[in-house]
Amino acid sequence: MSKAVEIHNLLKTYKNGTQALKGVDLNIAEGDFFALLGANGAGKTTIIGILTGLVNKTSGDVSIFGLNQETHLDEIKKNIGVVPQEFNFSIFEKVIDIIVFQAGYFGMTKKQALIRAEELLKALELWEKRDVISRTLSGGMKRRLMIARSLMHNPKLLILDEPTAGVDVELRFGMWNYLKKLNQNGTTILLTTHYLEEVEQMCKNVAIIKDGQIIKNNSVKNMLMSIETETYSVTIDKDLTHYLLKELTANKIDNNTFEIDLGKEFTVMDLTKYLEKNNYTILDIRPTGNRLEKLFLKSLKN
Amino acid sequence: MYLKSNFIAFQTILNKEIARFLRIWTQTLLPPVITQSLYFIIFGGFIGSQIKDISGISYMQFIVPGLVMMAIINSSYTNVVSSFFGSKFQKNIEELLVSPVSTSTIIAGYTGGGVARGLLVGAIVLAVSAFFTTPQLENIGIILIFSTLTATIFALGGLLNGIFATKFDDMSIFSTFILTPLTYFGGVFYSIKDLPLIWQSISKVNPILYMVDGFRYGFYGISDFNIYTSMNTLFFVCFILFIINYYLIKKGVGLRT
Repeated sequence: MSKAVEIHNLLKTYKNGTQALKGVDLNIAEGDFFALLGANGAGKTTIIGILTGLVNKTSGDVSIFGLNQETHLDEIKKNIGVVPQEFNFSIFEKVIDIIVFQAGYFGMTKKQALIRAEELLKALELWEKRDVISRTLSGGMKRRLMIARSLMHNPKLLILDEPTAGVDVELRFGMWNYLKKLNQNGTTILLTTHYLEEVEQMCKNVAIIKDGQIIKNNSVKNMLMSIETETYSVTIDKDLTHYLLKELTANKIDNNTFEIDLGKEFTVMDLTKYLEKNNYTILDIRPTGNRLEKLFLKSLKN
Repeated sequence: MYLKSNFIAFQTILNKEIARFLRIWTQTLLPPVITQSLYFIIFGGFIGSQIKDISGISYMQFIVPGLVMMAIINSSYTNVVSSFFGSKFQKNIEELLVSPVSTSTIIAGYTGGGVARGLLVGAIVLAVSAFFTTPQLENIGIILIFSTLTATIFALGGLLNGIFATKFDDMSIFSTFILTPLTYFGGVFYSIKDLPLIWQSISKVNPILYMVDGFRYGFYGISDFNIYTSMNTLFFVCFILFIINYYLIKKGVGLRT
């Protein structure tokens, strides 16, 4: 499969001496939905900045859709859409103007831009707000406006830097669906996010970056399979005893509920059998939190 | 294709800039008109009536071109510096930087916005001057060339300031400490011939003097210098400023990390 992004030995040292990237190697296939995870300051935004031409690299090679970034930057820019972390549109302009102007920068005529704007604003449920001054929009609407703006020129690669930060759950699900559909239609997506559930739900491949280096790079499926234990929340019909908690090495949540790590050595079936044997009935059992989150934290810790 | 898309991008930046200063016309168009009107009343009317004619024209008529030029200079400069720095501050300059717009187009778009505001304000001030005197229009071509070249130079200067500015205070340093004194000593209110020799020599290094002088020639056909030399010099300054801005933007100074 041809590659959308190829990064080889990418280094970035800022003027203040901070080494943001220490030899990053990363490949993203065309059509991929790729997640880049890392703690704050790990180097995610620097990578995105370099890909979009907002940050000058110190050294290394970057190619996008087979074009060298140093020699074909303008050609590359035509194929990239960016949704940055911070709101970066003019807060004094109307929603429609912001995205129509953006289309103009990509050489689209006003007529073409207005047609595309209607299509995107309707899809992102912003059409009713098209004549509203952007600063009056809610946080979620501002995020969607940035997505609409980034898609005006129909980019082949969409880069999203924490696109759902500050967006409520309902809207987030809506955005996930929209992005999934976009990916299914052929757009390659590179996503950074703090919501690991988002990665688990949407992404095919994931890389974890720590201190400017990629420390894990695999498919989401393989990453999840590598997780040995998962935490479950279990509610039983009787009060918990100190003895039971000690036997199971579980943490008490309330009188009837405890949390326990289950895996290959001690499975859900083992737990069920053990509780039945000791005359407990399970009223509820469910995994807590996000498995990828555990892996992510473990990776950072290691 | 490349030219067409960059032309559309240029139009977009220009339209955006014009829409911006028209949207806030009470801050961009009205203040210079009020200030220049006060100059007409105080300097032209109250004080000017006691001053003898200069080169055969009344003092009020004499100061009209200078005051129009002063408005053009300030408006074209301020427009670009505030808009460009504002875009940097709000980070919406990134909209341009992530798009395939060429550096020349960015410069042309912002400069065009500054020139548009400068010329519009100049035209309004000129129209207002008709309430106080009747300026002649000896050579409209010269008037247009000098006003456009001057607006272009100061729009490019504003862009340069905008590139380097990192905080709001940086926008006013140049205009307060350099632009305003040069404008006042640029022959707006007097003819250089009336100055003592030493001040005549010092004044000759002030570029604004040549702009005002050439512009005034367009109105009354009188000038202290050869207007064609002035015009060529202004073309040259435009070119140099364009090259400097091009180099800085291309390199990403103040724009990329």
